[in-house]
Amino acid sequence: MKYRHLIFANLLRKKIRTTLTLGSFAVALFLFGLLAVVRGAFNQGLEVAGANRLVVVNKVSIIQPLPISYLDKIARIPGVTLVTHANWFGGVYQDERNFFPQFAIEDQTYRQMFPEFIVPDDQWKAFIGDREGAIVGEDLVKRFHWKVGDRVPIKGTIFPGTWEFNIRGIYKGSRPQDDTTQFWFHYKYLEERQNLYRKGLVGWYTVRIDNPDNATRVAAAIDELFTNSPWETKTETEKAFAAGFVKQAGNIEFLLLSIGSVVFFTLLLVTGNTMAIAVRERMRELAVLKAVGFSDAFVLALVLGESLFLAAIGGGLGLALSKLFTLRGDPTGGMLPYFYLSPPAVILGLLAALAVGMVAGILPAWSAMRLRVVDALRRV
Amino acid sequence: MVRVDGRGDGNSLVRVRGLDKKYQRGSEEIHVLQGLNLDVDAGDFVAFMGPSGSGKTTLLNLLGGIDLPSAGSITVAGDEITHMSAAKLTQWRARHVGFIFQMYNLIPVLTAFQNVELPLLLTKLSTAERRQHVETALGIVGLMDRMHYYPRQLSGGQEQRVGIARAIVADPTFLLCDEPTGDLDRKSADEVMDLLARLVREHHKTVLLVTHDPVAAQRAQTVLHLEKGVLVEGQAAEVR
Repeated sequence: MKYRHLIFANLLRKKIRTTLTLGSFAVALFLFGLLAVVRGAFNQGLEVAGANRLVVVNKVSIIQPLPISYLDKIARIPGVTLVTHANWFGGVYQDERNFFPQFAIEDQTYRQMFPEFIVPDDQWKAFIGDREGAIVGEDLVKRFHWKVGDRVPIKGTIFPGTWEFNIRGIYKGSRPQDDTTQFWFHYKYLEERQNLYRKGLVGWYTVRIDNPDNATRVAAAIDELFTNSPWETKTETEKAFAAGFVKQAGNIEFLLLSIGSVVFFTLLLVTGNTMAIAVRERMRELAVLKAVGFSDAFVLALVLGESLFLAAIGGGLGLALSKLFTLRGDPTGGMLPYFYLSPPAVILGLLAALAVGMVAGILPAWSAMRLRVVDALRRV
Repeated sequence: MVRVDGRGDGNSLVRVRGLDKKYQRGSEEIHVLQGLNLDVDAGDFVAFMGPSGSGKTTLLNLLGGIDLPSAGSITVAGDEITHMSAAKLTQWRARHVGFIFQMYNLIPVLTAFQNVELPLLLTKLSTAERRQHVETALGIVGLMDRMHYYPRQLSGGQEQRVGIARAIVADPTFLLCDEPTGDLDRKSADEVMDLLARLVREHHKTVLLVTHDPVAAQRAQTVLHLEKGVLVEGQAAEVR
């Protein structure tokens, strides 16, 4: 590219201005990266939701339990191929700030239900053989520097007392967006320490169906089965269930979009102004280029090229910084377990930066292209 | 041979016929050039003189294809440029015209070498060929040792010599010089005029020069005066 020194030389003409504009792009795209991470964290449940899985919760509220006796009844409904259940434990490890989700799971079916979580066979076998055993996600292991064989005390909040667990295995996610901050232990262990009136209850059921097209029919059949019972159910697809959770936190999508739009609009004004000044200062030079034979299209491309170059370098820098930031892990102490800047978000960010560069550069580039050589040379 | 009576033999390098240029300033119409004729042969060195506002620079701009006439025709090396599209005219300028400006108009963020190389970027020459051409041009103007200097590191005379190197590097049909010594001291101005004269004498370039400076004008073979929108012949001299 024999013209590249023209672009570089022009950008280095006012180093402070170029640095500040690059900085504007970098800060904006860093923020974009973080917003994308937060959005991803909130929508993670939607992304990982299995199309052939339903979630059955108490119709009154998710914090109300359901009887364990529903298990067999649900399993008999046509279209249901597997049923498992789990309870939210809500315990505290050492300090309340050390939040991570703990689930009391049904150990015979849970692994089958969620094949995206990978546990080595020998570790799963060790878990099954230990009533106080636990399987933990690899991110959780890294966070607390645990290892297989460690004994971990967790103080119950919903279920009183201090509960001791033996780490028997570590699970990994098969996809980057899989949550590997969970802590699983035996439902039987929870059950044996329950007082009488809390025995035989589960938090929710997860149901696998034979065909995602049957989801509506099977969900209706489950809810109909328990209509007018003391424990009515609400069944929905795993995706709808996850979406409901996101909605509880408010319209996150709108909030993030609003912040992002304001940031990019401001960036557009800053860059547009910079490019306009840069072109105005160089009218004579651009006129000379035209006089010696450079075409209008070349002058247009030169100015646009500078704007796009600024956008690509500044934007790339900002995205790289946000990626680096996410590599340090969730800074919220477990509230955003899926703290990950995905490649599509990086590509979207770069495209957004280039779009801003293009829009910001187009007016100055257009005026440079339309510049009359005679008029520009006459200016002193 | 330079003629201003419109009776050139048709073999002229530059042939101008009935050239008109009008400007609109508010409600007033200013007639700068009125039916101007000119014939310039290859290898001529012509100086245009005249009072400020007489239309010297306008004539130069029209000859260089960076302005359009109100009427009349300009033919350079057989190409009628007055009816060319803007895109064609741009290509034509790259091939035929070398501009030398009063304010040098070098790009301050490029070195002397890179400034001189600019017109060659429009050609298909390789990097090595471009380098060779640039070094030749800088050698002619005596600035080989300053090729990596930026304009701010050069004197006014040196900047103008870089401007001349840029104008000749692509070997154009003719050079159009708009007050090339207007911003220089006498010594530097003489050096620049020596250089232009040498380009005509040794390299057979055709030079059309606009100047206020009678000393500079005396270096041309022909001096033409612009009066009331037409050219009249002045004194002639040997190329010195």
